[in-house]
Amino acid sequence: MNFDLTNDQKMLQNQVRKFAEAELAPVAPEIDKSGEFPWDNIKKMAKLGLLGIIVPEEYGGSGFDFVSLAIAVEEISRICASTGVIVAVNNSLTAYPILQFGNEEQKKKYLPQLCSGEKLGALGITEPNAGSDVAAMESTARLEGDHYILNGTKRFITNAGEAGIYVVFAYTNRELKHKGISTFIVERDTPGFSLGKHEDLMGIRATANCELIFEDAKIPKENLLAQEGDGFKICMNTLDVSRIDIGAQAVGIAQGALDEAVKYSKERKAFGQPICDFEMIQSMFAEMATKIQAARLLVYYAGYCKDKGMPRFSKESAMAKYYASDIAVEVARKAVQIHGGYGYSKDYTVERLYRDAKILELYEGTSEIQKIIIARDLVK
Amino acid sequence: MDIIVCVKRVPQTAEAEVKVDSSGKDIIRDRLTFDMNESDTYALEEAILLKEKFGGAITVISLGSVEAEDTLRIAMAKGADNAIRIKAEDFGELDGYKTAQLLGSVIKDIKHDIILTGCLATDDYYAQVGVALAELIGIPHATLVTKIDIVDSKAHAYRELEGGLLEHLEINLPALLTIQTGINEPRYASLIAIRRAAKKEIKTVGKADIAGGEIMQHSTLEELFTPPVGKRAEILTGSMDEIATKLTDIIKGKGLL
Repeated sequence: MNFDLTNDQKMLQNQVRKFAEAELAPVAPEIDKSGEFPWDNIKKMAKLGLLGIIVPEEYGGSGFDFVSLAIAVEEISRICASTGVIVAVNNSLTAYPILQFGNEEQKKKYLPQLCSGEKLGALGITEPNAGSDVAAMESTARLEGDHYILNGTKRFITNAGEAGIYVVFAYTNRELKHKGISTFIVERDTPGFSLGKHEDLMGIRATANCELIFEDAKIPKENLLAQEGDGFKICMNTLDVSRIDIGAQAVGIAQGALDEAVKYSKERKAFGQPICDFEMIQSMFAEMATKIQAARLLVYYAGYCKDKGMPRFSKESAMAKYYASDIAVEVARKAVQIHGGYGYSKDYTVERLYRDAKILELYEGTSEIQKIIIARDLVK
Repeated sequence: MDIIVCVKRVPQTAEAEVKVDSSGKDIIRDRLTFDMNESDTYALEEAILLKEKFGGAITVISLGSVEAEDTLRIAMAKGADNAIRIKAEDFGELDGYKTAQLLGSVIKDIKHDIILTGCLATDDYYAQVGVALAELIGIPHATLVTKIDIVDSKAHAYRELEGGLLEHLEINLPALLTIQTGINEPRYASLIAIRRAAKKEIKTVGKADIAGGEIMQHSTLEELFTPPVGKRAEILTGSMDEIATKLTDIIKGKGLL
């Protein structure tokens, strides 16, 4: 049993923290207001290797493990939740499925572009009528000659508006139910593929969240990921991995909220003393700090399970994502409470963090879905 | 051009609450974060820029505890080739002179054309080590340098003076320059460089490895304390309007308004 970070993880944490505080902090409130995609910072992060953290060096990545990815996403999200999820999506929702399930040609073609930031990645599972119930998706793909003809609409897709490489799920055979879903790598300039409505979100507002519309989109058949019918398996495996980073994003947001609340409580006075001296405030801090640390350990443990090569870690990543999301919303809410009326003002960071936190309970599997995954593991 | 950079791991106290421990000679460290001293990060970056222009090797040296090895590794991830830690735990209390002697005893055996240090360390604010080190090893120095050019094997160091003046010195090499913050834009280490640096060896030098005469200390720390609130400070109380009125009265009373 060893809780120490490795030398390279410690250095990564140090440098990402410095980068986030110096480069991301000044723009985080601005992009929250404007919804502008933070391309300048994304390019800087590409140069540092943050867009391909878990991709091996031979494909242009940095060759780190999943615990390291979690550390990086946590540090980024502590300062800017939008940038945190942009990095998470590029790494574990796009690069990871290509790395894990792609053939050599696909890996050589797409991974270097994702790592360099030449093209960003996005993942299309969710549809207007299919969220938690993935198998209810309506998108279809049929093979015609050398191309799959893809039809359907994907909604609430992070990075979509600015991405260049999309990993998209659609039925190639409806009769096989979830075993009839397949996965495709779709490029932005594919004929028949266009972007739909840009979502005006409550939080993580700078993430180019957009609809994907496929109208007889022609996907070269060599862009099928793995085999026809492997889509559901790819989807579930990818989400097991990405939930580690969403847990990390939650820990980062929660830590950011706690840091802000502690700072404020030392400056703000009421009834003749700083409010940090009141036991009710201290009680909140104790709960917040303890829960953040518990969430962090769950997240790191889920990353450790993946890094160790455990064949199944769905329960561990679901626990990490469920608990971290739950406490992030709670911690952000308490941070607002500690700020009093000021916490409700857009002049204070905790207002943004509270809005940012809510998405954690919804995307990449709602908290209810995470509980189902955990419970099924107990009673199956 | 072979370059030596001296770096120090210091507590990050800009926004932290600093409290004195029960010994009265040190601060409470367990809740502080530590990192490379700010002006040392600029000195390191300047060394990397010189190496990129003229080639050669960079050696980073830190007199510190084992945790200073984290700082040295980051320096290697950014571009230093070699790293040496002088084991602070072997040498007891340190002042600027003793630190310079220890650094000098290691540096004298390393080939170098230029030595860069930060202009001061933000934990003790002595600003002594660079200057004392240059004197001890017998090379010229310039302090608070804001620009460096190397022309015909000589260093051209620029220093900002009061009143908006800029001083330009031509200095024979080898020389030691203490670097002011803002001279460049320190880089972040890339993740690949971090992975490579994590595997690199850091040489350690302890008491047994330091040859030569006695290492002297010229000053000892008597006490570290938070000064009492000055008698002339007056805290104004009351509502905002009352405080404003009182403040205006005081300013008027002093004949300033």
